Amino acid sequence: MKIREIVELLGAKVLCCEEDLDNEVTSACASDMMSDVLAFVKDQAVLVTGLANPQVVRTALMMDIRCVVYVRGKNPDSLSVELARQKGIVLLSCDKRMFPACGILYDAGLKGGDLAV
Amino acid sequence: MTNEAKLRFEFDVDGDNFTSAGTASETVKYNLKQLGIAPDIIRRVAIVMYEGEINMVIHAKGGKAVVEIDSDEINITLKDVGPGIPDINLAMQEGWSTAPDNIRSLGFGAGMGLPNMKKYSDKMEIESVVGEGTTVKMCVKIRKEA
Ligand SMILES: Nc1ncnc2c1ncn2[C@@H]1O[C@H](COP(=O)(O)OP(=O)(O)OP(=O)(O)O)[C@@H](O)[C@H]1O
Ligand SMILES: [Mg+2]
Repeated sequence: MKIREIVELLGAKVLCCEEDLDNEVTSACASDMMSDVLAFVKDQAVLVTGLANPQVVRTALMMDIRCVVYVRGKNPDSLSVELARQKGIVLLSCDKRMFPACGILYDAGLKGGDLAV
Repeated sequence: MTNEAKLRFEFDVDGDNFTSAGTASETVKYNLKQLGIAPDIIRRVAIVMYEGEINMVIHAKGGKAVVEIDSDEINITLKDVGPGIPDINLAMQEGWSTAPDNIRSLGFGAGMGLPNMKKYSDKMEIESVVGEGTTVKMCVKIRKEA
């Protein structure tokens, strides 16, 4: 699906990289522990998280993750937004909690990936 | 073995600044991309180096990172003078972590870093002396031997 659809499905705010909303994403992972995310290797992925420090964006960057969705109305600090903008990672924020946010995305066709390189 | 020149990068990893942790890995990732290395190789290097760099910051008050690149492989050496790891086998187990709550609330301390580093590198060696420090060496092959 396009990142734009995630924005609509979750009623999310776009925090940066609006110009990339038509990029395709195919899989997602959700965690508040970054090593969990770093064990997940999949292309064109989305990260759903309730954590909002700059290491979240750096983790996304390491993993070539294209879009980060902050749940529970979390907003990242300005450094996160700056880094994401520089690297072309779309940041979204929504008020939903983690479980419903994931459920909605899963239902709409985003899949969890396998643990493999 | 080829005798092509090695490329070498060296970084001081600041142990007092959690916010900047990972900048060395970020730089390495950028440089590997410039060199035209395959994306899956770059991602593996990025994962293992970032995990190691974070470990140096949260467990060992920083250290030095050296990355050497030749046509066959990428070697990463992370050296710190932190507290050392008393039981490496235990530390290597998935889920084992000594990270305190304040580190967990930052998203680290799942006890998955070292297992990830082992999984995504082709070779990993850890030398650690309690009270003296830890050196982690990891190798990611660019070309598999024929
Ligand atoms: N450089 C280091 N110096 C001292 N101790 C270390 C170092 N690296 C790892 N350790 C020890 O090994 C344990 C396991 O490390 P590992 O990276 O697997 O997990 P973690 O860092 O605790 O959590 P995570 O990596 O999932 O965020 C750590 O909790 C710590 O006790
Ligand atoms: Mg770790």
